[in-house]
This record gives sequence, structure tokens and C-alpha cells, in this order.
Amino acid sequence: MSEPRKGIILPQVAVSRVNASLARRRASERRFRTYGRIAIGIALAFLFTLFVSIFTKGIPGFFQYYVTLEVVIDREKIDPAGDLSVQSLYDGDARGIIRSALYDATGAKGRSGRKAAGKLISLGAEQRLRQAILDNPSLLGKKVAMKFALDDDVDSFLRGYISRAVPEKDRRIDDTQIEFIEKLQRLQLISYDFSDYLIFGSASRDPEIAGIKGAFIGSMLTLAICLLLAFPMGVATAVYLEEFAPKNRITEIIEININNLAAVPSVVFGILGLAVFIAMFGMPRSIPLIGGVVLALMTLPTIIISSRAAIRAVPPSIRDAALGVGASKLQTVMHHVLPLAMPGMLTGTIIGMAQALGETAPLLMIGMVAFIVDIPGSVTDPGTVLPVQIFMWADFAERMFIHKTSAAIIVLLVFLIFMNAVAIFIRSRLERRW
Amino acid sequence: MRAAVEIEPSNLPSFTVGEVYVDTPRMTTRNVNVFYGDKMAIENVTLDIAEKQVVSFIGPSGCGKSTFLRCLNRMNDTIANCRVEGEIKLDDQNIYDAHIDVVPLRARVGMVFQKPNPFPKSIYDNVAYGPRIHGLASSKEELDGIVEASLSRAGLWEEVASRLDQSGTGLSGGQQQRLCIARAIAVSPEVILMDEPCSALDPIATARIEELIFELREEFTIVMVTHSMQQAARISNRTAYFHLGRLVEVGETSTIFTNPKHELTNSYITGRFG
Amino acid sequence: MSSPVIAVIVLFISLGYFFVGIRVTSGLAPNGMRYQSRPHYSGLFAALLAFLPSSFLLIVLSIGDDLVFQQLALNFVPETVSTTEDYKEIIVLAQIENVVNGINFGEQPEWVYQAAEAWQGWLSTSSILKTGSVIGLCLVGGFYGFLKLGPDFRSRNAVERIILLILASSSAIAILTTIGIVFSVVFESLRFFALVPVKEFLFGLTWNPQFEGAERAGSGQMGIATYGSVPLFVGTLLISVVALSVAVPVGLFSAIYLSEYASSRVRSIIKPLLEMLAGVPTVVYGFFAALTVAPFIRSMGMTVGLDVASESALAAGLVMGIMIIPFVSSLSDDVINAVPQALRDAAYGLGSTKSEAIRKVVLPAALPGVVASVLLAVSRAVGETMIVVMAAGLAANLSFNPLDAVTTVTSQIVTILVGDQEFESAKTLSAFALALTLIVITLGLNFGSLQIVKKYREQYE
Repeated sequence: MSEPRKGIILPQVAVSRVNASLARRRASERRFRTYGRIAIGIALAFLFTLFVSIFTKGIPGFFQYYVTLEVVIDREKIDPAGDLSVQSLYDGDARGIIRSALYDATGAKGRSGRKAAGKLISLGAEQRLRQAILDNPSLLGKKVAMKFALDDDVDSFLRGYISRAVPEKDRRIDDTQIEFIEKLQRLQLISYDFSDYLIFGSASRDPEIAGIKGAFIGSMLTLAICLLLAFPMGVATAVYLEEFAPKNRITEIIEININNLAAVPSVVFGILGLAVFIAMFGMPRSIPLIGGVVLALMTLPTIIISSRAAIRAVPPSIRDAALGVGASKLQTVMHHVLPLAMPGMLTGTIIGMAQALGETAPLLMIGMVAFIVDIPGSVTDPGTVLPVQIFMWADFAERMFIHKTSAAIIVLLVFLIFMNAVAIFIRSRLERRW
Repeated sequence: MRAAVEIEPSNLPSFTVGEVYVDTPRMTTRNVNVFYGDKMAIENVTLDIAEKQVVSFIGPSGCGKSTFLRCLNRMNDTIANCRVEGEIKLDDQNIYDAHIDVVPLRARVGMVFQKPNPFPKSIYDNVAYGPRIHGLASSKEELDGIVEASLSRAGLWEEVASRLDQSGTGLSGGQQQRLCIARAIAVSPEVILMDEPCSALDPIATARIEELIFELREEFTIVMVTHSMQQAARISNRTAYFHLGRLVEVGETSTIFTNPKHELTNSYITGRFG
Repeated sequence: MSSPVIAVIVLFISLGYFFVGIRVTSGLAPNGMRYQSRPHYSGLFAALLAFLPSSFLLIVLSIGDDLVFQQLALNFVPETVSTTEDYKEIIVLAQIENVVNGINFGEQPEWVYQAAEAWQGWLSTSSILKTGSVIGLCLVGGFYGFLKLGPDFRSRNAVERIILLILASSSAIAILTTIGIVFSVVFESLRFFALVPVKEFLFGLTWNPQFEGAERAGSGQMGIATYGSVPLFVGTLLISVVALSVAVPVGLFSAIYLSEYASSRVRSIIKPLLEMLAGVPTVVYGFFAALTVAPFIRSMGMTVGLDVASESALAAGLVMGIMIIPFVSSLSDDVINAVPQALRDAAYGLGSTKSEAIRKVVLPAALPGVVASVLLAVSRAVGETMIVVMAAGLAANLSFNPLDAVTTVTSQIVTILVGDQEFESAKTLSAFALALTLIVITLGLNFGSLQIVKKYREQYE
């Protein structure tokens, strides 16, 4: 074939044309690659911004300003009934004791001066004093130095959010108070310390004494219920569908159902909880029991789907081996398949639990958004959970709540990262490779 | 002989016998080693590939013949831990040189795979793919001409002329493989590598592909891996026998099959293993 | 006795049967034959018969008794109270239950104390009944199982049948959940549509829900409740479009880069980092959107002279987009990897550059899968709640401008249903109608995406 036919390009011609196209194609290759890099850069930049924004706001939330006062604990004043009962301490004048110590320290005089000084200290100070005496009655009649939280406006001032340049009437801290604060600072009575209120305090409208203890315990109770329900049911369902279910219409319907449930928005599970448990069964609102049940129903599809994948990953040869030595189908599954699939199932369950721990919307529906000061003692006590607490705090305007909210978010994230790390650990260490 | 001048005889490994060098080589390989990670898959292969001839690689499965084939247009680059040593030259240019771009290389050294792998596109688009990306056609008419010529050279034009817009995946296995050949020759390569092109096909389709290869060797240099000795005997000019990553014997096809020099080759072609 | 105590007793009785069962069937039967099954299966059989029915009864009674008491207690409410305007059963019951539990909030009317006293009585009666019936059933069940044990009885098969039944019934939970969702949403929606015509709900352009009381009290435009859901759906759509226009390009290109270009080392670092975005709780995103992104966008808008609402759809959509990135990228990663290597080989064998192979071969082949994953992402965006509740606001504006404040279906559901609600009012019921449409939309998207994926899989099988 020496004559070039129509449509046939000679190799030499082809080579030159290919070479001619190379510059353009290399440029487009570089461009395409750059798009990919930019995309990843954008995603990572978002992640970075998110974390930086949470951490820069959140880390100061773990600290707050305290004032150390020399309080004279007068027996009659604090414990009028003299029996050290909660009621007696409540009737006593803890406020007066703290105030007088404060007046001494600041040198506040006159009605207006004392009023200004009184506002410096948190309302939670009295409770702290009472608790200290309950814990250690030997303090009665003594003069002791105690650390009390400062009011959140003072805290904001000390953090520099309130500028002196602002006219006095537009400021939440007036000039007299600034004077007192400066005096306390000169006396080195003001300290910036780790915020024990954040960890051990419960819900409060006063940001300086608000804490996450109640929400945290609520989260743990809810999660416990969720785990107790979702794990056994999820594994049982997965085992049934994967190993025993006959291939018929009903099985098919169940499978479609599970896939659809995985796609249902979480808020709908909240509506289910509201309509069925609260409206229909008349169960109380805001309790971790219902929260746990709702979250269990929500995480069930996740657990079932990952458990089925884990069971499917167990090679058939292992089943054949067990069946071959005369084990029943159930024995095969219980003795061989389930233990081998367990790491995968656990991984799926932990990921499901992490999802449940961060979930907010369905719990709002069943009333876990109520303002609850008491720390829940059981799954039927009203309570709230960490994400809902974050949601509520995020709505409050006080500057200090922004810090506390971010601090609570950090606590939540630390738990989530821990759970995911455990899941990754289990997956990498325990999962068998065939 | 030209090769004898260039290559020190001592560089030829002791385990290779036969006519390694040819007068008009299109590609030359010298002392090629291929590693997958730490594992050596090809050891010290030196071989010339003659212009406008068919050379067949035969040998038991796992002997490295496909691996060696994929070195010839650097398809092994896509495998993460694969490493190639030695020298493979196309037109006195080492294709493993750092500055060599695989794009024009692969335009010159085309490839047809074991399993027919048409794109899930129309028959026309399958064949036009190569010319389009390489900018071979400057007009729609020229592209149409390339597609028609390539399909007719692959013996497929008659069968698909009326349905060029239908999906290439809807064809029969043999037709798909001829479509893949048409797709490869549409780029006007100089060398075509074929990796067991008939192994997934029935005997009738295989016969058609063999006929096609026989015709194509007029215009192209063809390197083919096959598991069928009969096929190698029928269509190739030269045959190379690989064993455990080594090139054991190479020579004229008739010589290899009638009068092998090496004991292993003899055992293989007489069916003692394989 | 309280329910947990009863549960422990039931557990102990069942354990007892377990050991007795093992004991009796170890060794040879009285007639000198060997037992069919291994002893622990016999024990398990008796224990299961003791445990399962009685614990089921215990659960039913424990949940049920409160409901019965509540109905009984309502008989104590005098007619003068129950016919008043602001009478609420829930509040009355709470009053009574507080007294029962010994919590006193001031002085209660006399009938409350009477009801509480009666309640105490029922409590002790029911406690005795509950204890008796549950423990009785436990003993009887176990004994029945014990009697069945004999040399010919195949206890292993029986135990396996029972366990299989448990497994099968737990898989029915999924169906029960679906039924629960459908019932809770459909019934209330039907009641809503009895009050508000479907046409008004689907095509009305104003969304202004009001409680009946407020409606009566209010005058003028604000007082009239209207339930046209179009602004909500437009708002949802607007935010979803913003979210997807962030998530789809970023997610898709990240997936392409990671699966086709990045070295395995880079991939092993970047992939978990991207997945972290998916693990962050939505409430955190909401906080981030409301506190960082929205003010930022607003001030950016100011500098270029644009008037941006402080709760703009752009901020909520942008943050939602960030949340969905890993979702899109991991799904795209799956579909890109599902494209057979043979097609890539074919493309490379012809001399394609990497980007040519991806753009002209891999992506077209993966297109159905990518479309399916985008549909799933849309359904994610439509159903997402916390970000929009916290960052998108409640103003039901009918606007296509991402700089305006809009509201969404989910944020309206949350706003309406959080807190106390009258179940009879059209406002409360409207949330269920919204939920119904939300479910229909998300399931539709999910179904569509599954169909596409199924077709796509078949293509390569």
C-alpha cells in the first residue's frame, strides 16, 4: 500500500500533528490539575476556617475572670436555723456576707457605690459559698479567702470588649465600677482562671455560671438508650436479612424500607417522636428516654447497612467449613460469622453513635430544648443534650455566651473525634483481611 | 550485522538463544528489567522488533510476556509500584528517558487489549476519539474519512456503516475487538501492541481477527502476546518464547516451532507444560 | 414493686430455669436414652420461655399503666374546670402527677389532691397486679418449657426457631418506623387539609401561620393566617442551589484529584480531613454560619455597596455547601472508581493525557452515578435543618435573591413544633403537612438516584 488512501493519514503526518497538539494539551492538563488542587484547597480552607473560628472563640471560653474575697463566715448570718440544712442556708444571708467582703475590698461607700460594687460579682457566688459550707462545715465562724466568678459584663470589660471610649450611659459598666475593678486588679484579687463553671455548672441564663454538666449527662443518658436499642436491633436485623431471610416480597419491602429510612431527614424522626410518643402515648417531653429511642430509630439504618456489609465480607468458605462439620445454620452464624463480622459492626455502630451525639433537630421536636437547670438523674428526668445546649446558647446575646458556646462545641468535637478515632482503630486493628 | 556492531555480545544474557537482532528494527530493547515493588517480573530482556512484521510472545501464564508488552508503550506507568530498567528505543530514542512524553509515544505505539474495551459511546465516537484528542483531523469531512477508512481497514465498515451512532458496547465480542483495532489504527500508529486480542472471543471471531492481523502487518509493526501456539504459528513472522520472566528463545516462527534450540522451548511447544 | 426490680426477678427466675434445664438433661434420660440436644439448649429453651413472654408483658404494663391512670384521673376534674376556656388536659395531669410524686408548687384545688390520692391507690394496686402477673407468667412459662424437655424433644431446633423469630421481628422495626412516620404525618396532614385547601397550601404565595387565638385578637393583615407554602419551597430551593453550587464543583474536583492525580500518601492525609467536614455536627455549622459567615458576607456586601440581609440565604447555603462537600466527594469517588480500569487503559493506550481520559472517558461513563450522587446531595440539602434554623431566619420572603433572608420548610417545621402547641390549630398541623411534602421530596430524590445507580451498575455487569 504505497498510495495514501482517502482517510488514511501517514504515520509521519500523524506524528507531526500529534506534536503540534502537545503544547495546547499540556496546558489544558495543567489547568485541569489546578482545578483539582483549587477544589481541595477550598475544602481544606473551609475546614481550617471553621476550626480556627471555633477554637479562637472557644479556648477563652474555658477560662473566666474570678475575684478572690476574704469572706467572714458568720454562723448566725449564714445558718440562721443552725442545722446546716439546705433550707436554713437558703434562708441565711450568704449574699450579705459576700457583699460586705466585696465592699471591704473595693472600699465602696454610699448607696450608689455599694450598688455598683454589688453588680460586679456573679449571682452564682452565693450558691458557691453555701456549697462550700455544706462540703466543709468547719469553715463556719472563720475568715477564708474564696474565689467567686465575676459578672459577665465585668468579664467582657476585662477581656477588652467594652471600651472606655464609649460614653458611660451606653456602656454596661459604669465609671464607678471601672474604678472598683481597677482597684481589685491593683490588689491582685482578680484572676483569669480555668472556668470550673463551664464543666461543672448546669444551664443558666447567667453566662458566667452557665455550664454543660447537665447537657453532658443528658447526652450520655440519651446515647446509652440509643446504643442499648440500636445495636442489638441493628445487628439482629442485619443477621436476619443477610443470613436467614427468604428472598421474597416481604424481605424486599424491608430492604427498601431500610434504604428509605436512611434518606429520611432527621427532623422527621423528631416528628415521629412527637406524634407517637408524646401526643399518642402521652409520655413526658424532654426526657432522655424518648430522645434515645428517636435517635435509635434514626441511627438504625446506618448500623444495619454497615453490619450487613461486615457480614457480607465474611467469606462463604468459613460458613461452608462450619456447615461441613455439622453445625446448624444458626450455630454457624453465631459461632463464626458474627465474631468475624463484629469489628465491622462495631465500627458502624460507633459512627452511628457519633451521628446521634451530634444530632439536634429531632431532639428539639421532642422538647429537649426546654430550659432545665436540674441535672437529670435518670432517663426519665427532663434533660437536654450537648448539641441542643449549644443551639440554645447560640441564641443568647451576651458576649460571654459566644465563648461558652464555642467551648461547648470544642467539648462536643473532642468527643466526636475520640469516637471516630476508636472506630478507625477498631477498623485497622481488629478487622481481618482474607 | 548492524546490531552486532552496537551491542557488546557479552551484554546478551546467557539464557537467551536464537536470533535476537534483526536488520531493520522498529523498536529495540536492551537489558530490560521490570520490577513490581521488590519482585522482579522481567529479567534482562534484549530483543529487536522488526519493522512491518508480526512478532508473537508466547509462554506459560505468568511468564511476564504481557508485562514486557506493556513496557513498549509505557502502559506500565499506570501501575503504581512498577519500575523499568534498561533501554527501550523507538527510532533511536529511549522511550524511558525523563523528557519523553507518553502522549505522543502512545500515539505512535498503539495498543489493543485482551478484553474488548470499547468506550460506552457511539461507534463513530469510539473511532474518532483518538483523532479528536490528537487533533489529527482539521475538518468534519476529514474525520469522517478517518473513521470510515479505519473501520474498513478493521473489516468492520460493512457491518456498522448504517449504525455508526449506536453504542459500541452493543456489538458482539468479535465486532467489539475489531472496533478496538479500528480505534487504535485511526491514530495511524507505527507499532500496534496486542495483548492476547482473541482470548475472550469465540473461534469464528478469532479467525476474523487473525485474518485482520495478517493483513495489517503490511502496514504496521505488530507485537502480539498470545496463549495459543497455533495462532503464533499462523500469523507471526517471528516468535519469542518467555519463561519465568526471561526471554528464552527468539527467532523465525518456522524455526521456533520446528527446530527449537532451547530445551525449555521444546518442552513448551511439545506441550509438556503451559 | 417497681418495674426494674421485677425485671431483675424475672431475669433470676429465667437463669434458674436455665440451670435446672441443664441439670435435668445432662446424662441419660429416665428411660435410659440419650437426650436429642446438648443440655445447654434444653436450659436455654426453658429460660427463653420463662423470660420472653413475661418481659414483654412487663414492658406493656409499665408503659400502659400511666395511660390508664391518666384517663381515670381525668374523671376527677370537676365540670366547672373542664369546661373553661383555657383548660388543658396536659396541664391538669401534670398538676396531679406532681402531687403524686410529692412535688408541691403551692396550694392546689381540692380535687387535685383527691385525684392524686386515688392515683396512689391505683399505683399500689397496679404494682401488685403487675408483680403478680409478670412473675406468674415467668414461672408458668418456664415450667411449661421444662415439662416439654424429654429425650425426644429437640430443644436446639426449638431454641433456634425462637431466636430466628426474634431476629425476624427486629427486622420488622424498620417497617414499624416507616408506618409510624407515615401515620404521624399523614393523619395530621389530612386534618390540616380539612382546614386549609390543598390548593392554597401548594400554590399560595404567602406564608403567615398564626394561632387561632392570635388570629382572633389580631387585626389587619398580620392577624390573618395564610398557609401558602411556595415561599418556603422557593427559600429551600434557593439555599439548596447555593449549597450545591459550592459542594458539587468542589466535591467533584476533589474526588477527581484524589482518585486520579494524588499520590497514595497525599490521599491518605487529605481524605480523612475532608471526611472530618462530614463529622461536624450540623449545630456547629449553624453556629459558624450565624456568627462568622453571615456577618462576613454582610460586611463584604457593604464594602461593595450591596445590601445583604443579616440572615442571608447565601450564608446558610454556603455553609450547607461546605457540609455537603465530603458527601459529594465520597459518592463521586465511589462512582469514579467503579468505572472499569479497562476503559482508562483504552484511553491511555490511545495516548490520552490524564485530563483527556478523565473528561472524555471516565466522567461520561460515570455521569449517571455522579448525577445520582448530586440528587442525594440535593435531598440532604433539602432535609437539613439546624443550619437554616440558626442562619436563615424565619422571614417567609418570596425571593430568588441569595442576598435576601428566606426561610425553609425545615426551619418552619422546627419553629412551629418547638415548645407548647395546640394540636388542634391549623398552625401546628401545617408543620405536619410541610413534613409530608418534605418526606415526599426527599424520598423521591432518593428513589430517583437509586434507579439511576441501578441502571448504571447494570451497564458494567
